[in-house]
Amino acid sequence: MTQGPPPIAATKMMKKLMADHFLGLDRAAREGSPKVAWCTSVGPAELLHAMGFDVYYPENHGALLGATRMATDTIPVANAVGYSPDICSYLTADVGAFLKGVTPLTKAYGIESVPKPDVLVFNTNQCRDVQDWFEWYGRHYGAPVIGVRTQRGVGDVHESMVEDIAAQIEGLVPALEEISGNKFDIDRLRETVDLSKQCTVMWRKVLEYGDKTPAQLSFFDHTIHMAPAVVLRGKPEAVAYYETLLAELQERDAAGMAAVPGERFRLYWDGMPVWGRLRMLGDLMMELDTAIVASTYCNSWIFDAFDADDPFRSMARAYLELFIVRDEAFKERYIQDHVELYGCQGIVFHDAKTCPNNSNNRYAMPQRFAEVHGVPTLVINGDLNDLRCFSDEQAKTNLEAFMEQIAEAAAA
Amino acid sequence: MVFGGLDIGASATKAVLVDEKGRLLGFSIRRSGVDFAASAAAGLGEALTQAGLKAGDLGKVFACGYGRSNAAMAAATRTEIACHAAGAYHHFPRAITVVDIGGQDNKVIKINQRGLRTSFKMNRKCAAGTGAFLEEMALRLDLPLESFNDLAAKATSEATLGAYCTVFTATEVLAKIREGVQVEALVKGLFRSVVKRVMEMDTLNGAVVMTGGVAAHNPYLAQMLGAELDGEVLLPPHPQLMGAWGAAILAGRDGEG
Repeated sequence: MTQGPPPIAATKMMKKLMADHFLGLDRAAREGSPKVAWCTSVGPAELLHAMGFDVYYPENHGALLGATRMATDTIPVANAVGYSPDICSYLTADVGAFLKGVTPLTKAYGIESVPKPDVLVFNTNQCRDVQDWFEWYGRHYGAPVIGVRTQRGVGDVHESMVEDIAAQIEGLVPALEEISGNKFDIDRLRETVDLSKQCTVMWRKVLEYGDKTPAQLSFFDHTIHMAPAVVLRGKPEAVAYYETLLAELQERDAAGMAAVPGERFRLYWDGMPVWGRLRMLGDLMMELDTAIVASTYCNSWIFDAFDADDPFRSMARAYLELFIVRDEAFKERYIQDHVELYGCQGIVFHDAKTCPNNSNNRYAMPQRFAEVHGVPTLVINGDLNDLRCFSDEQAKTNLEAFMEQIAEAAAA
Repeated sequence: MVFGGLDIGASATKAVLVDEKGRLLGFSIRRSGVDFAASAAAGLGEALTQAGLKAGDLGKVFACGYGRSNAAMAAATRTEIACHAAGAYHHFPRAITVVDIGGQDNKVIKINQRGLRTSFKMNRKCAAGTGAFLEEMALRLDLPLESFNDLAAKATSEATLGAYCTVFTATEVLAKIREGVQVEALVKGLFRSVVKRVMEMDTLNGAVVMTGGVAAHNPYLAQMLGAELDGEVLLPPHPQLMGAWGAAILAGRDGEG
């Protein structure tokens, strides 16, 4: 068994931050103050913080259900009440868990239930499922569901699109004022946008440690350390965390540490993580001396456009420029750029059964990479949360055979 | 020097012994059962006996297949994709596309003229089009699986079966039985279903080499695939042994190195 590098010390700080985050939300929901807003993971969080809400991200809860493998028991509960096994398994895992009365927050933090929302705010930039998901809870709690409806398949981001999204975000303000009881303050919004900007700049730097040879962090590390960028952006805690992590990474780099000791090969990962099999896949890649050094998924919390001087429009642009919103040509270019930048010898496409929007293999992109760009590709079938759609043995054989192929080509 | 290859598959364990030129010296095919380690040891023993050799004559052994990590006597493991590729290229040393239909999964492996793999695909997590599909249908039809090849070859017509799913296909078959469709036509329709599943996995260009148990027992299926492709479909000797044969060849190469 190949030994991994020593654990990252900053993880302890992250655990504390996450505990504080969830305990704070639990307290707010029980005491009724501050008000609690639910937000999609790339929704307008900065505005919600600026309006004084505590912000809760159900997708993060969905990922926790997947990582703890509780999803396997909760997805069928949602299937039974009419939510298809073919739709987002974050949604089905989460709604199923609620119906079953369970949450991973209980074991982790002693919290009985997810925090009751005062408002649910979505952005359909990821998919339509998030809206349907929030509407289920909206009906259950009698809470308002509001949001932003984003264009899909965007090539170049035009000003007219930015104006539209900016107007939609600004249009949320009256409802949020009424629900929170707080008056909108543009300076407060500038502050939260600035904090998000600082967070995103540092998260980008963390990810860029993947371009070191050997890579400092792998995709499997990124999926853990992205948590503050997802749930604490717009808050000073996220900035403080990435300052600490970056300092440690600098030291580890100087000490010659690597995510995969003896790294021989480097891959790019496209698509969702398989949350319930991160450890298995991470160990397997370590055995194969292969570092997955970059991914579309973890890059999705880089928002270069944030600008405190122009908060609404820059938020609109940041949430519109996302990979997932873009057209096929942009996506292909984006992946190719990153494959080159990070020196990857191949691409693994995860075809997640319940997440078509994050499965970029379905319109022959792997074939184009192999034929046009000369980059070997592999598609593994699985899912983000629903392990009924994932075969350990098939994934293992596929990944081993892919690395045999790459090694054989390198040796020839 | 004698080298060994084991392919411990979902249904059968195959053992092959070759000389330094990759020529077959002995082999065994047995059910994998529930004890992969025992099955591998027994298979290798049977192959040695068949070849008139003793355990001490045996050099390196490589293993592939789902049970590859259970073979204690194996010096190393390789995936069945690497081994089927090596075995098929040994018999047809040129650019080929290997179609392996196994008990539980199908593979399409593309190999260039130097014998290097350029891509591969496995079936999705579904048994449609695999050996397991034909086994299930044999049970439903209450026919021995071994009779399928002759029945399909004798058919003068063919039942059209449109479903992807094994369970849905079984329902279609029941409907055809009710309609009085002849059993030969039904079996040929089932073969067509396997051919369609393989053809939708990948583009099949150039010379196609079929390996695996389904091709070994059903050469008529290989003919049907050839007719669909309007191209050459080649069968190596002992298609079911190709994974184990390739493992033995790779063990030999490693032994020489």
